[in-house]
Amino acid sequence: MTIASSSPPSRLPLGGAEGAGTKSRTRRARSRENEGDGRLAAVFIAPAMLGFLAFLLWPTLRGIYLSFTRFNLLTPAEWVGLDNYVRMVHDPIFWESLGVTVEYVVINIGVQTVSALAIAVLLQRLTQSAVLRGIVLTPYLMSNVVAGIVWLWMLDTQLGIGNEIIAGIGADRIPFLADETWAIPTIALINVWRHVGYTALLLFAGLMAIPNDMYEAAKVDGASEWRMFWRITMPLLRPVLAVVLIMTVIGSFQVFDTVAVTTAGGPANATNVLQYYIYGAAFGRFQFGYASAMSVALLVVLSAITVLQYRLTRAGQSDLG
Amino acid sequence: MAAVADTTTVRRVRRRPSFGRAVAWAVMAAVVLITLLPFYWILRTALSSNTALAAHPGDLLPVDPTTGGFERALGLQSAEEAIAQGGSGGGLKFWRYLLNSVIVSTLITVCQIFFSAMAAYAFARLRWRGREKVFGLFLAGLMVPAIFTLLPNFVLIKQLGLVDNLLGVALPTMFMTPFAVFFLRQFFMNVPREVEEAALLDGAGKIRIFFRVMLPMAATPILTLGLLTYITAWNDYFWPLMVSYSDSSRVLTVALAIFRAQTPQTGYDWSGLMAATLIAALPMLVLFGCFARRIVSSISFTGVK
Repeated sequence: MTIASSSPPSRLPLGGAEGAGTKSRTRRARSRENEGDGRLAAVFIAPAMLGFLAFLLWPTLRGIYLSFTRFNLLTPAEWVGLDNYVRMVHDPIFWESLGVTVEYVVINIGVQTVSALAIAVLLQRLTQSAVLRGIVLTPYLMSNVVAGIVWLWMLDTQLGIGNEIIAGIGADRIPFLADETWAIPTIALINVWRHVGYTALLLFAGLMAIPNDMYEAAKVDGASEWRMFWRITMPLLRPVLAVVLIMTVIGSFQVFDTVAVTTAGGPANATNVLQYYIYGAAFGRFQFGYASAMSVALLVVLSAITVLQYRLTRAGQSDLG
Repeated sequence: MAAVADTTTVRRVRRRPSFGRAVAWAVMAAVVLITLLPFYWILRTALSSNTALAAHPGDLLPVDPTTGGFERALGLQSAEEAIAQGGSGGGLKFWRYLLNSVIVSTLITVCQIFFSAMAAYAFARLRWRGREKVFGLFLAGLMVPAIFTLLPNFVLIKQLGLVDNLLGVALPTMFMTPFAVFFLRQFFMNVPREVEEAALLDGAGKIRIFFRVMLPMAATPILTLGLLTYITAWNDYFWPLMVSYSDSSRVLTVALAIFRAQTPQTGYDWSGLMAATLIAALPMLVLFGCFARRIVSSISFTGVK
């Protein structure tokens, strides 16, 4: 019911464009056999197209435009050319937050990929228990906010169970989230906890595509599990691994929630990741133009990674033949 | 020579795996422990009193068991009572936020999947000019990172006057995501032509075929995608944080972060905070309890494209 009532009014602004598209489409289709399909297809993709244009394509173009303006939401955007970009290049905090973000991504992805691969292989070679797979996935159901708060508590310097254990074995307590050196690795590991099961299941799916005969044949030849891992599992999993890796890199570049609830960028900008800095510029200081410019920078970085993804996956596919 | 080699391999096959498997199982057990311990610790802390927590931080069982944490999280205690027990005096209007979360997640999931299914059907089964190009454009949308569209989307929602409105929270992902369209298109493409042809012979139109044949056939992938979409929508924090300012549109994730930020002077109200965390996470745990097997296998399904 909500579907019917909500879509017609919001479709209005785009009605003209959609109608024109339909007309030209049907005109061309008239010379073809399936005349009805064109019109029907236009109706069928209209809502999705509306969402795509209004909330994906248009904001992308608008974000690029806003990055060349000074804009505080209250007065109209004022064109300032490259000012925001010049400012960005000379902004030490921007570079610092980019550095912090990269540090986060490297730790998060490094630990997550290795652990997920280990878990996936254990799930494949040891047992294919659905219960175990379910357990591994449970942290994924938590929001980043919940995960952040829980680990904030478990890693609390005075009362956290983590530090109780550390103190119990006679070592010094570690102020995990209040220390400049520890804060980013800690946040990276919290997010590994939440996401590793999901990644492991993606890899597990890739592993299940490897025929079991290969392992059995190798076993007959006397190959050890270790050898089978490097000679069978890794080469055959490489394409899947590449895709999963890049997907998670792109995801982890956008870290925000965990930082927001645990350290709020501190101590001394040590966890001021790019997305958090952008959020602060926009909603803390109402510098929407500058925030947009930094978003463009992030987009450029992520696009570069996406291009790399295509290279890697294609390389992976040709590798397998 | 050969005989020696043979016996060693035989011994290896018999012995090594058992030792290796023991180590592997130990690693697996450690993984399970690290995965589940935080859940237990939430419960243990939520059922403890703040004063006892300070005195016995490492006890494995709840210390000085009380339901005070839950009462504070739900705003059932008076401010004085809450402060006396180590709370901030601010509570969660839990039912309000729960309702908001349910409305937003349901709206997003139902609409997004319905509209995406329609588009996916058009891309998979209808013939029209420019189909591949438009689909390519949708796919390119997969590459635009969420952060990039958030600021302009906020500006748009503000201009539409939907800030601090539940519709404003839901709108950006209500119509489609490139992934949902892609995912369902894959399914529709694999439905045998004969099914459609049989329905056409019976005199059904394409619209009828979509609603009466295709959608019911896609029940399994739709449920799969629906669960994943629901979890994602429920856990979203950044976008709702941007567009909601008051109780009328606040969802659980945002409310929880605010509850966490209301630190009383004595330090965090850990037992109240853990109770609130548990309450916020519970609906997803229940959902998982009902659909665990499907969710688990669906992730494997989405992984292999």
